[in-house]
Amino acid sequence: MYNKGTIIPGLIIFVLILTSPIWYNGLKAGDLPKPEAPMGVGKQCVLPVQEMRDTHMQLLNQWRDEVLRDDDRSTVVVNGKTYRKGLQMACMQCHTDKEKFCDTCHEYASVKPYCWDCHLTPKQAVSKKETH
Amino acid sequence: MDNQRRKFLKIAGISALAGIGAPALAKLTSTSAFAAAQEGHTAAAGAAHGATEQSGIQLGMVIDMRKFIEKPEMLDRAIAACARVHNVPEFPPEKKKSEIKWIWKTPFENAFTDQSQARLSTAVEHAQFPVLCNHCAEPACVKVCPTKATFKQKDNGIVAMDYHRCIGCRFCMAGCPYGARSFNWEDPRPYVKTYNPDFPTRMRGVVEKCNFCGERLALGLKPACVEACEGSGAMVFGDINDEKSEVRQVLAKEFTIQRNASAGTKPSVFYIV
Amino acid sequence: MIEKTLKGKPAYWIWLAFLGTFVAIGAACYVRQYIYGLALTGMSRDVSWGIYISQFTFLVGVAAGGLMLVLPYYIHDYKAFGKLTILGEFLAISAIAMCLMFIMADLGQPLRGLNMILHPTPNSMLFWDMVVLLGYLTLNVLCGWVILTAERKGVHPPKWIYIFVYISIPFAVSIHTVTAMLYCGLPGRHFWLSAIIAPRFLASAFAAGPALIVVACLIMKRVAHFDAGKEALAKLSTIIMYAAIINTFFVILEFFVGYYSNVPGHIHSLQYLFFGLEHHGHVYNNLVPFMWGSVFLNFAGLGLLAYMKFNEWTDGMLGAACVMIFFALWIDKGLGFVLGGFVPNMLDQVVEYYPTANEVGITLGIWAAGFFLVTVLYKIAVGVEHEIE
Repeated sequence: MYNKGTIIPGLIIFVLILTSPIWYNGLKAGDLPKPEAPMGVGKQCVLPVQEMRDTHMQLLNQWRDEVLRDDDRSTVVVNGKTYRKGLQMACMQCHTDKEKFCDTCHEYASVKPYCWDCHLTPKQAVSKKETH
Repeated sequence: MDNQRRKFLKIAGISALAGIGAPALAKLTSTSAFAAAQEGHTAAAGAAHGATEQSGIQLGMVIDMRKFIEKPEMLDRAIAACARVHNVPEFPPEKKKSEIKWIWKTPFENAFTDQSQARLSTAVEHAQFPVLCNHCAEPACVKVCPTKATFKQKDNGIVAMDYHRCIGCRFCMAGCPYGARSFNWEDPRPYVKTYNPDFPTRMRGVVEKCNFCGERLALGLKPACVEACEGSGAMVFGDINDEKSEVRQVLAKEFTIQRNASAGTKPSVFYIV
Repeated sequence: MIEKTLKGKPAYWIWLAFLGTFVAIGAACYVRQYIYGLALTGMSRDVSWGIYISQFTFLVGVAAGGLMLVLPYYIHDYKAFGKLTILGEFLAISAIAMCLMFIMADLGQPLRGLNMILHPTPNSMLFWDMVVLLGYLTLNVLCGWVILTAERKGVHPPKWIYIFVYISIPFAVSIHTVTAMLYCGLPGRHFWLSAIIAPRFLASAFAAGPALIVVACLIMKRVAHFDAGKEALAKLSTIIMYAAIINTFFVILEFFVGYYSNVPGHIHSLQYLFFGLEHHGHVYNNLVPFMWGSVFLNFAGLGLLAYMKFNEWTDGMLGAACVMIFFALWIDKGLGFVLGGFVPNMLDQVVEYYPTANEVGITLGIWAAGFFLVTVLYKIAVGVEHEIE
């Protein structure tokens, strides 16, 4: 092998840089996020908790396509209460606090969904309230 | 027997929905309306070569300018209602470049560029015409969109937008012969006056336009602009393919014109001037 | 062969550093635009495409122009172009790379660009433009590389590559035809709604592309001892001249149709571009000097080329003529065609467009990146040429 002296240390440095986040965090994955469940609305969601954890993004995409593209605006009923399909119109009716619910896991997993570029959190919605 | 049962169900369905308080629009949101629209249509004689009678529901609108000329402030109310319901931003004059328009007002010469501008009546010459997306039967914007982010809704003929899919190429803006489309050149939120918590805002980098209040129709409501002119008859909304609809009655009675009909996109907004 | 790019005279490195500076400035401008949005450009609701898309349109033509080298050599067996076909192919690669960069710079949501492939929409001409551009890019990379490698080894290129060379000929025509169809199929834009747009695009492409190659050859003759040969250059100048004449003819036809028919829609954009459009007492004419500049350069370039046909000519004259033709066509298509189509807008209002500094920064950056790429690719081509001599 040519240039053994440079290639092997180079490779080692490369691997070290690549894995630096692991060393930086001391081989720990950090504290697990604890999203705050909504209060006073019961434990029931549109799907069982585990399923929601795993697939809420697929469900949101499915709702989005049904409502926007197929004009299927049928409603969902949870605990006897009817909701219109949608992030603002269904999910955030109970999960009113995006920071304490959505963000806790999203930040931990370092995912940045663009939902809130358009959709309003309840907090934002009241920040510019109609005044009449 | 079957036929009768269907009729019964249809009537029952419509009256049930009517009971909720949406007599005029129930037809548009219930599935039975589709069947109704397909039944017994007598084809109107096509004015153009090869023109075919359209089938299926095509939501449309008749705008009676006589009413708006009488009460111009009604149009401002309609425009404000639309902006409020859809979180449409309002940019200050120095940011005119970034402006977003869903429904806005413009003089006759700008609204009807292919009509004669010569010797207009004083009232028309000074009138402000509402202009909006024409929800064309054959929209050019839908044809040119490379991602199907804008598309024709099958059940009601609305030209809809999927803001999640739009890549912001603005081909639809070049294609639309009505200038009905706006692009979010920057984040619109700082310029939204009041938020409607039931509706999202838009993000920068996508195209938007009038959606004929698809989200309100689903609730049995009329479009916001139509509602703002309620009772005046200035804006009549409904299925222009359904002979029995109110909008068709008006179309049958009055002479109407369309904007830029020569573009061949079959616009669904008609004007009584 | 890539190693050839790493050895060069100081002038080579200075040139690359010069271009690199512009690329860096352009990248910085793009980061600003990416963070803040396209409001940093001069585009608006009324002029919704600006210099990005107009550069894109022009550069598709430059890419297609390489056809004028490939076609005579491979179809008509015109030997004098033997050394030049690779330059046409490498120019096409660079031009398409620039096209793709301009498209990305223009997108409101560049990260969603793949939606074009995830949700393919055959009724959109933009979809087909993507297909033919990517196809043409692939064909040129493949043909250029395989043929150059064979040349370097002193062997004949493998037979199978000729299939792709022949396919690339209709592809070159298709890229500019489909690009023209982006415009000429829109119902409301009278300036673009003309069946002559595609032929006109092709004619101007077959002048602009070869003109750029001639200029490159003349520069490389001085700095890299690369001699394209007098015969090849003379033949190219004839091709450029005919293509530019045909393009001029097509433009004049547009004038005839507009002004003789007196149909307002057919006149307005031409009026705005060449004479200024009066609207409510104000004359809008910000592109008039450019368009007349284009007319002047076009006729001056054509005059010079004609003169050269009857007299002894020098490299200086040829270079000057090609530069003039190139800039004339750049203004015609890379500025006037796209911007003129938006005036007046769909509501018969006039909004003039002025690119912002940030927008110009990105545009220059992409041009510099393209020239960087073309320099590096030509360095390889010329390096191989020297090696076999």
